[in-house]
Amino acid sequence: MARRLRIVVAKAGLDGHDRGAKVIARALRDAGMEVIYTGLFQTPEQIVQTAIQEDADGIGLSILSGAHMTLFPLVLEQLRAQGAEDVVFFGGGTIPPDDAAALKKMGVQEVFTPGAPLQEIVDFVERECGKRALLSS
Amino acid sequence: MIERAPNEEAWKQASRAGALRKGPGSGAVDRTISDVALEPLYSPKDLSGLDYDRDLGYPGFYPYTRGLHSNGYRGRLWTMRQFAGFGTARQTNERYKFLLAQGQTGLSVAFDMPTLMGYDSDAPQARGEVGRCGVAIDSLADMETLFEEIDLGTVTTSMTINGPAAIALAQYVAAAERQGVSRSVLGGTVQADILKEYIAQKEWIFPPRPHMRLIVDMIRFCTDEMPRWNTISVSGYHIREAGSTAAQELAFTLADGFAYVEACIAAGMDVDAFAPRLSFFFNSHIDFFEEIAKFRAARRIYARHMRDRYGAKDPRSLQLRFHTQTAGCSATAQQPENNIVRVAYEAMAAVLGGTQSLHTNSMDEVHALPTEKSAEIALRTQQVLAYETNVANVTDPLGGSYFVEALTDEMEREAESYFAQIAEYGGVVEAIEAGFFQKEIAEASYRYQRSIEKKERVIVGVNAFEKEEDHADIELLRITDETEREQAAAVRRVRESRDVNAARATLERLQRACRDPKDNVMPHLIACVNAYCTEGEIVDAMVEVYGRYVERSVF
Repeated sequence: MARRLRIVVAKAGLDGHDRGAKVIARALRDAGMEVIYTGLFQTPEQIVQTAIQEDADGIGLSILSGAHMTLFPLVLEQLRAQGAEDVVFFGGGTIPPDDAAALKKMGVQEVFTPGAPLQEIVDFVERECGKRALLSS
Repeated sequence: MIERAPNEEAWKQASRAGALRKGPGSGAVDRTISDVALEPLYSPKDLSGLDYDRDLGYPGFYPYTRGLHSNGYRGRLWTMRQFAGFGTARQTNERYKFLLAQGQTGLSVAFDMPTLMGYDSDAPQARGEVGRCGVAIDSLADMETLFEEIDLGTVTTSMTINGPAAIALAQYVAAAERQGVSRSVLGGTVQADILKEYIAQKEWIFPPRPHMRLIVDMIRFCTDEMPRWNTISVSGYHIREAGSTAAQELAFTLADGFAYVEACIAAGMDVDAFAPRLSFFFNSHIDFFEEIAKFRAARRIYARHMRDRYGAKDPRSLQLRFHTQTAGCSATAQQPENNIVRVAYEAMAAVLGGTQSLHTNSMDEVHALPTEKSAEIALRTQQVLAYETNVANVTDPLGGSYFVEALTDEMEREAESYFAQIAEYGGVVEAIEAGFFQKEIAEASYRYQRSIEKKERVIVGVNAFEKEEDHADIELLRITDETEREQAAAVRRVRESRDVNAARATLERLQRACRDPKDNVMPHLIACVNAYCTEGEIVDAMVEVYGRYVERSVF
């Protein structure tokens, strides 16, 4: 039997808007996953460390302050630096379509923008993080 | 034969016999977006407990349910106050001058995240955030640039800042005095509502108790020296944006307001000395009548509590004055032009609810800060409302409506029930420490999101009436990394060009004041900013005394 997926839901930088992060955390938990919510004001280094310590299958990063083009790449950099590139990295927030496309090109696996249905996010996490869990179990 | 329904029972039977509609949104016809149960019809029966003089009264008179001014908006329209700020102080100064030239009647400053959290633009925590969702203000030099060629003696300014509110106020006073304008004539507001930061918006610096002391100091200072200044803007806006219901927004905001009143009274101030300058700030969401009821209930509850619980005697102490902003969380990324329509309805609810000032959101704010064009449409929306629709010419036009009065009563009942729960915790600060508000809001926000997922509720363009290519080609405002580099260089120049010893001496005096509960920090903060201490330096000095707050997260 497949083990429960473990997902880190993260807030980075100075952005305190945590409504989205909490709703996603709750939806993933209701879908049967184990969710670790980092709380606010985490650095990219801390987020990746949390994911490694918790042996997480995925990191979901929420940014609504406009700093996405700085903070997403910094998390990617940390995933590489700390040898955790197999962790599925996705995110969401107030991110214009062009920026979302650019982030995906850099290696963010999915970017969800306002109005994305919860089920779509849950499905994505189950599918992509499920692959990782299968390989690592 | 033409029949009249002989009584309500006959109508009810006829109504039950009719079929209910199917299709989008039909799953939630019996409740508001805050889950308040709705009858299909309201009638005189719903007003049977209502006493006109006791519960409504006339506009301008206790309990102010129908408004604060006896001639409503005929005497004076609401202030059209558009919130703006981005990039550097120079860029924002240009936007302000544009908005004033377009007929805007007050300024409202949006600060960037580092400024709101007490970091300078060259701090490592600021990377990627400088000038992004507001203007970067590091020192008095930036504050002076922000208001260059704008007469602070005539314009009123609202500053949305909380953790470092006292520092921003000190900078504003110092900038005005350098323009030759005395602090005694300055008009405006500093938000300074720290309680709702712990509850909802999360832009805190210090723990709750020292923050409360700073607020009391600020209120005392303004009461003595800045008689035209609104000392605080107790805000429900962010509580609602974080996902609360209308009743939670109402209850938690008023509870916060009463907590400030109690803190000032406990510090030995006379309620009628400071209460007339307290102000409020609410959200106007898309559920039209629920919002109107919320505004009306807010005035009535506040007046009663101020009179009966706090013994206020000055009528101005009983009057809840408020600013309103349309709901950012009701805007959609899909088909963004639809947001113009949402904003118009929300703005009308605010005006029918008797707001003193109003910000209308721009259609593109789900994606980025507004462009000049979209900000102009938002302002025009208010002007059409004020000058063309005629809704402002009769005061409280919905007063006496069976439905609106019943809903106003319901809002009041729910608020009182929350006050009782908060009291069981021992007060607002204790309830924050126990995570009560945070949990209530997370629950409500999840419930709301589920109702949209299940399509019980419709959001046009999101879960119904979608289009394939839904991200319209709207132009977006871009903030470049150049802003961050420029601003970081500017703050370093400020640090290099001042008298370092004088600056250090002011910081040391500030720390002494922070440790001495009998002193007032405000004059010391004004000395610090005048010596060109940066915001980050001032905050660091205060953190040494007070520490930084860390939240226990719940979801």
